Amino acid sequence: MEKVLLVEHEKCTACRICELVCSAKHAGSFNPAKARITVATFLEDNFFFPLTCQHCEEPLCQDVCPTGAISRHPETAAVVIDDAKCIGCRMCQAACPFGAIAYSPSEDKVVKCDLCGGEPECVLFCPWDAIKYVQADDAALRRRKAVGEKLKKALQEVKL
Amino acid sequence: MYGWTGKILRVNLSARSVSVEDLCPEIAEKYLGARGLGTKILYDELEPGVDPLGPDNKIIFATGPLTGTAATSAGRYNVVTKSPLTGFIAASNSGGYFPAEMKYAGFDAIIVEGVAEEPVYIWVHNGKAEIRSAKHVWGKNTAETTDILVSETDPDAKVACIGPAGEKLVLFACVVNDKGRAAGRSGVGAVMGSKNLKAIVVRGTGDVKVADPAKFREAVLAAFKKIKEAPVTSQGLPTYGTAVLVNVINQHGAFPTRNFQTGVFEGAEKISGETLAATLLVRKRACFGCPIACGRPSVVKSGKYKGEGEGPEYETIWALGATCGVDNLEAVTKANYLCNELGLDPITMGSTIACAMELYEKGYLPKNATDIPLVFGDADAVVEATRRTGYREGIGDLLAKGSYRLAAEFGHPELSMSAKKQEYPAYDPRGVKGIGLNYATSNRGGCHVRGYTISPEILGVPEKIDPLSKDGKAAWVKAFQDVTALVDSVGMCLFTTFALGASDVVSMLEPATGMPFSTEKATLAGERIWNLERLFNLREGLTKEDDTLAPRLLNEPMPEGPAAGQVVELADMLADYYAARGWSEDGKPSAETLDRLGIAV
Repeated sequence: MEKVLLVEHEKCTACRICELVCSAKHAGSFNPAKARITVATFLEDNFFFPLTCQHCEEPLCQDVCPTGAISRHPETAAVVIDDAKCIGCRMCQAACPFGAIAYSPSEDKVVKCDLCGGEPECVLFCPWDAIKYVQADDAALRRRKAVGEKLKKALQEVKL
Repeated sequence: MYGWTGKILRVNLSARSVSVEDLCPEIAEKYLGARGLGTKILYDELEPGVDPLGPDNKIIFATGPLTGTAATSAGRYNVVTKSPLTGFIAASNSGGYFPAEMKYAGFDAIIVEGVAEEPVYIWVHNGKAEIRSAKHVWGKNTAETTDILVSETDPDAKVACIGPAGEKLVLFACVVNDKGRAAGRSGVGAVMGSKNLKAIVVRGTGDVKVADPAKFREAVLAAFKKIKEAPVTSQGLPTYGTAVLVNVINQHGAFPTRNFQTGVFEGAEKISGETLAATLLVRKRACFGCPIACGRPSVVKSGKYKGEGEGPEYETIWALGATCGVDNLEAVTKANYLCNELGLDPITMGSTIACAMELYEKGYLPKNATDIPLVFGDADAVVEATRRTGYREGIGDLLAKGSYRLAAEFGHPELSMSAKKQEYPAYDPRGVKGIGLNYATSNRGGCHVRGYTISPEILGVPEKIDPLSKDGKAAWVKAFQDVTALVDSVGMCLFTTFALGASDVVSMLEPATGMPFSTEKATLAGERIWNLERLFNLREGLTKEDDTLAPRLLNEPMPEGPAAGQVVELADMLADYYAARGWSEDGKPSAETLDRLGIAV
């Protein structure tokens, strides 16, 4: 069964540890600029949202890639780049609606989340389980329940 | 180098020059970074006796070798300078996002010298730096300044700046980074103000590399696990923030109330962490790289104290609350927002107002000397006195000098609750003896985060000891002071010590830097840093007589509560302490001690 990253932004504290461990794992240094995940942080609004590749069902990056370098990994179902086939044209970067693909000047290649081959480092280190790696069908269900829980709370507050 | 960037930025504001220097690996190994490195630079470069607010003082912003890595809660830096409040060394610690960004921008430390002719800020980005005009933000508060400087540099830039208080040389002005985080104590913001330096703005996309990534990762995972298992770091701090301590310390009868006239505050529940969480708290927020998340974004939605921002945390609740006799959490929160915006240290602010209130109520501060009546329990007076201090208006001009100078001016210096002219934090040492010895010996004056013996004395970490006994406290104070100097100097947060020990720090420090560190060697580095701070102070004229506490704590028995009848038996503990440190009877490190620590004088 396919597993996906599930982000529960309400649990995020904007500590950005996910960015640190991601860059260490993929680029060999601590450097948020090289992380494949970024916490979109709006401090004024107290809104924090870890953003990375959604590993779309119909990846636009894959559609626009002229060399067929982007494919779905058979085991993890991650959308991955084959560095050997990639010519660095960055069409995928232009096509991605989430800004999840970037050209990394220091690594001299186009980079994105690859789910760490099925053991995502961000999930392992997130102190609050704001990012989980779960069965795809569970993910939607759990998210709906979480939203339902919020709705219930909001309604209760209105009643008060 | 690994861990460190290996680069130091030097900015001379008088000459309008910037230069980049290499960090000496031997100094890095001995003094680590942040507080230790800043102290070493200041000790080596500052002439004794310079005016803290004159052109010859220097101010150093320094990160640690673990800052910007994934090491637990290692998102911190220190601001080191000669303090205008104490006349001794200042090392003020802060987290947020600024410190790690400074490292990614390429520097372990930024040394600022001289005085700019007109207001300036320093823009530091990817190994480069320039001095820019700050005339357009002079007079603006810290939030406004941050927004404007981000808009004219880089959307991801981080800002450390002063508010009006620093510009107007309030002796306890702080440096505020990321709007709500502060290098709070000892008036480091006034030193920036004296240099016409409004802000440092940093942005970088550089690497911080560790020597042995695999071993480092294992050590960090192990440390994370301990953080998640220890009750204080996994539950107390994340759920209630530091304010979890209000009820705990009050129940021990050590919650200083009305300028330390008692240790039990009848209104504690109303300003507790539990009340804060149930009323004003928005959510929890972490500093960069921190799994604890004690940060408290809060909001007062309506009424005369309306506002939003960060905090209040425990010390602030006490300073702007209990010690002023105030039990209105919204008012305390409003005064805290003002401290953040104007750039004031809330501990000294509150304690100075409390001192003024006692002077006023006893008739020592004449009614015609103040434009607002200063009566214990008057929440509006606390909020307004805070605002006026930030701008040095009316009574604020007097309060801007801190409690010691204020009380001395009106003939009663004994009513200043301070050591070395810096106000004590929120623990009455008559109820917690070890912290009293720590206040008296702290190199930056009254302070809890030099040697937080509250941990064993009240919280039972790493083991529970009797808070009311003086026995054995010297060894605890020394041990905590040395380990704290280590933790501060690697760039980690002191709060990790509720879960981690020196060996855990070493387990991350060693693979990060690639240098061999044992627990003993690292703790010795902490002790070395402590002693160098002491040497700095001795060179500035410190004597044994400065290692003392207010007469109230030494002579007036605690009137009520679990610590009723207690005073601080300081003389006994101090003698033990000097012996434990290898210092002479008049408090000077002996030649053998300096030799053991590898300090050449």
